[in-house]
Amino acid sequence: MNFVSEKLIGGRQGAINLLVLCALLVVVFPLALDPFRLNMIGKYLSYAFVAVGLVLCWGYGGILSLGQGVFFGLGGYCMAMFLKLEASDPISTRIQTTPGIPDFMDWNQITELPAIWLPFQSLPLTFLLVIGVPVLLAFIVGVAMFKRRVGDVYFSIVTQAIAAILAILIIGSQGLTGGVNGITDLKTMLGWDIRTDEARLTLYFVCVALLIACILFGRFVLTSKLGRLLVAMRDKEERVRFSGYDVANFKVFVFCAAAGISAIGGAMFTLQVGFMSPSFVGIVPSIEMVIYAAVGGRMSLLGAVYGTLLVNYGKTYFSETVPELWLFLMGGLFIGVVMYFPKGLAGLYDSHGKKWLARLTSRKAARITVKAKLSGMEAAK
Amino acid sequence: MITEPIGTLNVNRPVLAIEGLTVSFDGFKAVDDLNLYVDRNEVHVVIGPNGAGKTTLLDLICGKTQATAGSIQFKGRELTKMSEHQIVHAGVGRKFQTPSIYEALTVFENLEMSFPRGRGVFGALLFKRTPDVIDRVRQVAADIFLTDYLDLTADLLSHGQKQWLEIGMLLMQEPELLMLDEPVAGMSVSEREKTAELLARISKGRSVVVIEHDMEFVKSIASKVTVLHQGKLLAAGSMEAVQSNPKVIEVYLGH
Repeated sequence: MNFVSEKLIGGRQGAINLLVLCALLVVVFPLALDPFRLNMIGKYLSYAFVAVGLVLCWGYGGILSLGQGVFFGLGGYCMAMFLKLEASDPISTRIQTTPGIPDFMDWNQITELPAIWLPFQSLPLTFLLVIGVPVLLAFIVGVAMFKRRVGDVYFSIVTQAIAAILAILIIGSQGLTGGVNGITDLKTMLGWDIRTDEARLTLYFVCVALLIACILFGRFVLTSKLGRLLVAMRDKEERVRFSGYDVANFKVFVFCAAAGISAIGGAMFTLQVGFMSPSFVGIVPSIEMVIYAAVGGRMSLLGAVYGTLLVNYGKTYFSETVPELWLFLMGGLFIGVVMYFPKGLAGLYDSHGKKWLARLTSRKAARITVKAKLSGMEAAK
Repeated sequence: MITEPIGTLNVNRPVLAIEGLTVSFDGFKAVDDLNLYVDRNEVHVVIGPNGAGKTTLLDLICGKTQATAGSIQFKGRELTKMSEHQIVHAGVGRKFQTPSIYEALTVFENLEMSFPRGRGVFGALLFKRTPDVIDRVRQVAADIFLTDYLDLTADLLSHGQKQWLEIGMLLMQEPELLMLDEPVAGMSVSEREKTAELLARISKGRSVVVIEHDMEFVKSIASKVTVLHQGKLLAAGSMEAVQSNPKVIEVYLGH
């Protein structure tokens, strides 16, 4: 019990911060927003997984990956492949030359389901591959890079290249992947229609639950000795190496963890939005995801979620009103964060927000409610 | 070469035996056919003018630099073939020239980081701060005069205290060979005295190799001195013998 309260929740302050986020995601948004907007929040939250992963590997591990879209995309594609197979049953595809295979395969004169699609006929196997495939790729890339001590900006460039390569590969192999359109027209999961408002509400809550689970996993990692080692490695890698640690292994681990978390986000994206395409894999989305983490605060797991929500809200708002301005705003935002708020929203909250909150709570009426709450919490203990 | 069975380590054999060690960077030999032996309970000081290859020698021993030729035997094990962390596990600890500590962590966490347990990924993930860890950290902190600073973030320590902290991090590993690159650089006189006393204490039961420029300090700690010059061994022996060696005098004062 002590372990849970200290390590995962992060004491009282950590618990309050987490509760505020939960209340916002579980109560405020579902009550205040119509199904369309809530589904949009769900989509943003699936990006937040990537941002949470980036907090681990970039914020703490010092590994700036500009290719997290790869893992998000692979997770999403794995999920989409299962859903596409289910949507391509022989009856609904009876007008095709080869019924029973996805429509884009039929358009590409493919007459048999390719071997790499076979595992995606099973849902449990799909869930396994959603995480397994991206983590395996991250492991291979990580071992290849970190064991050779490729780091810093070189690593970022390599990850960016991988993002470009995968996007090109997906677009190029149309018969296998649906090409530039991606995998579309997804309908049901084990017969459950994922397009209805009720299903989307359920998926939204599943997404929130998984995101919180990933944040707790992140806290577990960061509060362990491994978390302190990551900080130590970021500042003094040689010292860690000459204290008897194989530094590469820790980098591989945190890179794989970030990849796995991103992949869950990708799968949730596919489920909530109903398609997956190469536009979520390449360089641009990967860099946008880094901006989410930077705006939220790359040292804060919760900040990453707020950052993602805020940037995406801004993106939607501005691209609905002044679309031509958005890209400039995004660039300006990133420069602004890097130059003036290197710790992002979480840093602003630490330096200003807490004071402001303290002033608020020192008002008399507020004081009484806080006292009541605190005594309530004491009693709950 | 090893004739007696493993496990019956000859007490008289040196802990560290360096033979024919050479490293060449694009033809420039930073260390050139060097022989050097370090015994147990010995504080072996390596001196020499700038560019003599002192730091390179430590880099070679701890695996940071790969040797071009020659061998480094530590308790009968060849270090030149091992990776850095394996060398640490074998019992070699190395302090860098500029204090190399984790400034974002507390003194306690800095020391705990070097506790020889949970060095793998999952070991580190599941590492628990058990009483034996806390005891060991407190014990080492007392050794390095930092008992009162355990909860302080390391970047707030003075320069001298940072040097001690790094020595403490090495002591946590309980190394049999301790290598210190300029441990008293930037220290006040009283800090130097305390460091000399610290070295005398921690050299018991292990071997210590020190690189140092401060001759007064060398005199106060050295049991043996080796002088390097342009990557080669110039002289070796007791401090008095080395100081009166005409070749050494020429190298230090001649130019």
